[in-house]
Amino acid sequence: MNMDALLLSLRLALCVSAILLLIGMPIAYWLAYSNWRGKFLLESIVALPLVLPPTVLGFYALVAMGPRGPLGKLWIVFFGHGLAFTFGGLLLASVLYSFPFAVQPLIASFEGVDRKLLDASAVLGAGSLRTFWRVILPLSLPGVVTALVLSFAHTLGEFGVVLMVGGNLAGVTRTVSIDIYDHVQSLEYAEANHMALVLLVISFAVLSLVYGVNRRVWNPWPAK
Amino acid sequence: MLAARIRKERRSASTTYFVLDVSLDVSPGITILFGPSGAGKSTLLDCIAGLTPPDAGRIALNDEVLFDSTTATNLPAQKRRIAYVFQTLALFPHLSIEENVAYGLSTLPAEDRRGRVAEILDAFHVEELRKQKPTAISGGERQRVALARSLVTNPRLLLLDEPLTGLDAALKTAIVQDLRSWNAAKRIPILYVTHSREEVDALGERVIALENGRVISHGAPMDVLDAPRRKQLAQAAGFENLFAGTVLDLREADGVMRVRLGESACEMEVPLGYASAGDRVQVAIRAGDVLLATERPHGLSARNIIAGRILSLEHRGTMVIARVDSGVVFVVHVTPGAVRALELTAGKQVWLVLKTHSCHLVE
Repeated sequence: MNMDALLLSLRLALCVSAILLLIGMPIAYWLAYSNWRGKFLLESIVALPLVLPPTVLGFYALVAMGPRGPLGKLWIVFFGHGLAFTFGGLLLASVLYSFPFAVQPLIASFEGVDRKLLDASAVLGAGSLRTFWRVILPLSLPGVVTALVLSFAHTLGEFGVVLMVGGNLAGVTRTVSIDIYDHVQSLEYAEANHMALVLLVISFAVLSLVYGVNRRVWNPWPAK
Repeated sequence: MLAARIRKERRSASTTYFVLDVSLDVSPGITILFGPSGAGKSTLLDCIAGLTPPDAGRIALNDEVLFDSTTATNLPAQKRRIAYVFQTLALFPHLSIEENVAYGLSTLPAEDRRGRVAEILDAFHVEELRKQKPTAISGGERQRVALARSLVTNPRLLLLDEPLTGLDAALKTAIVQDLRSWNAAKRIPILYVTHSREEVDALGERVIALENGRVISHGAPMDVLDAPRRKQLAQAAGFENLFAGTVLDLREADGVMRVRLGESACEMEVPLGYASAGDRVQVAIRAGDVLLATERPHGLSARNIIAGRILSLEHRGTMVIARVDSGVVFVVHVTPGAVRALELTAGKQVWLVLKTHSCHLVE
């Protein structure tokens, strides 16, 4: 079994979920509570990766990251090397690709918090940041777990975007799904099966965690 | 002392369907804000608390201006130091009782905070629930905790939006007593919203009656509620009987006039009002103010003795609601004991006895 590919995939998925949680929370907060009329436009952009073929997203990401693309040029100025076909490039493309999987559960859980609790927090003297940390976030914990886990699982299994942006460089951009594809191409079905099984088991475990939390099998706030 | 002039419109895309337009002064002590649902009571509280901006007006508390549309002043809710207990109470479900109560004290050092929380939990008799979650305690206890959480911050004004709905009378009285003793020392203005006539009687120092977004009367509870000026308020204030009538004649020397109810032959004597013979008036009578007799009574001071027949008896806990047909249908409240003693059944001939001054004239 190709441990390099597995470790790379896990590292990528972990980084993506962490980054998405950090940038997803303020965006989800804004989308959940803003009254701006043009909000639907941003909502559409957030959902775009759900409907775009990964190759389309990967193609544009590749063009932007290439040595003549805006992002690629900027990257060369700061880091001295290109962005395409590196772990950084892969990370960036994966963040874009998994964006709705993190942001949409966050929006749903933020919107699910009783508005009266936010009013109560305000009249008790709390500003919006304190209200977020003390009330919204703790009550949205199932949504946060869902966001983390879905972006993790989704990144772990992605193929098209990785192939377009990352190519197939062992230890740098060769993830599990690419590795499986390689094995199948070389008719090494036993090896492909190993990797595929690992992915299957991880995906099942991760989804069980999400549904378990949402069904309150593990209630984060047990009544004492 | 709170002085507020507020105008707030609720609009849909095409029409304005509700306008709140009030001016009120609230001095220290309990002031009841009374009116039917949809009168604008909660909107008014939201404006005062800073949760909803008024379209126009000025809100001042003591000498500080909280909102003024002419100078674009609008202090955010978290800076107003106004306590607000919502109808749903809005206790934080993930925090313990102690943490809920300490929520508004985040700027205090931990030691002071603990002291203040312990003190107020004790004052509202919920000290032993400190470690519980709000879902694990009873409705009455939750109401006490919500009051404690609001008052521990030493607010300058307390807004209560039907906080005691759904509690039994004894519990209600006990909680109100705790609230009164707390406020005896602080003397802050308390604005207490209710649509329950009983709560007005139990609490009232002053009443402001609100209807369709406007203040229609204010003063002592007896003055505001016992002489209802409008039909809708009469219903809200617990007048189960409301009849359209025609003035037959005025007996000014006696201070009374005779009114025929509806199109029926039923006539009754009511207090003299600003009306003349032939005018249409509304008469409001509480179901609890009507006596029932199974024989025509004699030697009574009551001036209205009306024959009728029982249509139905409806048992409601410790009360029986009787509907009596006397040409118009009266609703009468009697006790289950009286129903047994008088052997009341549907179809039985009865006489209704009404004092003149139990019949209220509504404009």
